Amino acid sequence: MLRPEPPVEQWLAELDAQVVRSPGFLDSKPVVVDLGGVTEADADLASLVRALQRRGLRILSVEGADPSWSGAAEWGRAIPGGRSTGTIELPAASAAAPAEPTQTGAAPAGPAGLIIGEPVRSGQAVIYPQGDVTVIGSVASGAEVFAGGSVHVYGTLRGRVVAGFTGNPRARVFCRRLEAELVSIDGVYRTADDMDAALRGRAVQAWLEGDSVVMTALD
Amino acid sequence: MAKVLVVTSGKGGVGKTTSTASLGAALAQSGQTVVVVDFDVGLRNLDLVMGAERRVVFDLVNVIQGDAKLAQALIRDKRVDTLSLLPASQTRDKDALTAEGVARIIADLREKFDWVICDSPAGIERGATLAMRHADMAVVVTNPEVSSVRDSDRIIGLLDSKTERAERGERMEKHLLLTRYDSARANRGEMLKTEDVLEILSIPLLGIIPESQEVLRASNIGSPVTLSSPESAPARAYFDAARRLRGELVPMDVPEERRGLVQRLFSRRVA
Repeated sequence: MLRPEPPVEQWLAELDAQVVRSPGFLDSKPVVVDLGGVTEADADLASLVRALQRRGLRILSVEGADPSWSGAAEWGRAIPGGRSTGTIELPAASAAAPAEPTQTGAAPAGPAGLIIGEPVRSGQAVIYPQGDVTVIGSVASGAEVFAGGSVHVYGTLRGRVVAGFTGNPRARVFCRRLEAELVSIDGVYRTADDMDAALRGRAVQAWLEGDSVVMTALD
Repeated sequence: MAKVLVVTSGKGGVGKTTSTASLGAALAQSGQTVVVVDFDVGLRNLDLVMGAERRVVFDLVNVIQGDAKLAQALIRDKRVDTLSLLPASQTRDKDALTAEGVARIIADLREKFDWVICDSPAGIERGATLAMRHADMAVVVTNPEVSSVRDSDRIIGLLDSKTERAERGERMEKHLLLTRYDSARANRGEMLKTEDVLEILSIPLLGIIPESQEVLRASNIGSPVTLSSPESAPARAYFDAARRLRGELVPMDVPEERRGLVQRLFSRRVA
């Protein structure tokens, strides 16, 4: 899901900068566009559609657009109740993206990955759509980690983990000790109650098979 | 250089005020000049535990609002003259605290005392965040019990993000003070063990204060337990913790209650 924010020109520029940082970011990714953040005064709907299509986006549908907005017919009806894989965040230049956004024209950095060298505390949420997140430490009960790629926890996973939230069914979750409250991959989730009791307290990996999160021990 | 220490926990009722008073008194008894500051505006308790509730004229909010000078609000302890108290207001609430006012007062106190100990209220809102804002170090008070541990974890996250030190990119020294510890219950599995708490919170252990009747007795007579019964188990644990705060290496153990000879002769285990 993409959510344009006014001023629209700047948002499109950030989108382009994001593509420079991680070239596969928008690769014919099917998206739902949430227009709740912009109004008719901010942008001409038709030209916004074309601007997004020029960037290689496959627009499935829109949400939140005022039907009286001129050009609304061009977008088609909204598809209700899709399996939301979360909003694609466009991080500000100061956020945790590893490549320097000021280096224009430089070769894009290798596979993006966020490494967190200390425990993720209760109440903290780590959101990293560009790739994998590695936590050297534990993820506390009441903490959340959202990654566009896989999540690796070199410690005890007690909180929630949402991997592949940008629409990546091949993302996996790894942890040294499973005490998780919730594990989700590409929108399919499993709560603690539904996890095999024999796996609690062990090193575990989780991946998506079809429409189900599969978990096995790593040791 | 003065040290500003915040005593915080997240969870209520775990022993922040008791620990502020006991650690403050222990440090003062060792010769340091100490001021303990009550940040729990509207629900003040530090004045009761210190036995100063009948001498409160001006409080923290009065000083912030300019109704009184700091020197007028500070109450010197009658038993240890290097120990002072800055009480909170009982009639106002946390909205009366302003960030600039608190910053000014802490800066003033830094010049007058070796240790400024801020007794944080429970919770994660304004009172708690203002109490921790200017701290150089933190004592996180935790009971060996799951809700207290999770709330302490939350507070540790806030110490790493909502303080001036964190905003400057500096590390804040955090210490765990495990209170109301009952080794029998921990062994029976009714309470978390020390190792379990340390594994979850991952901060260094400052001390283990055993559960004791002495604590309630002390607060009822209006005295920090280190002053009223310095030989008791919790007091000895607080003295050790104060020494560790000053950088001394003190071996960690849980003081047992010392039972008199008569008690030991005549007590029988119930079969």
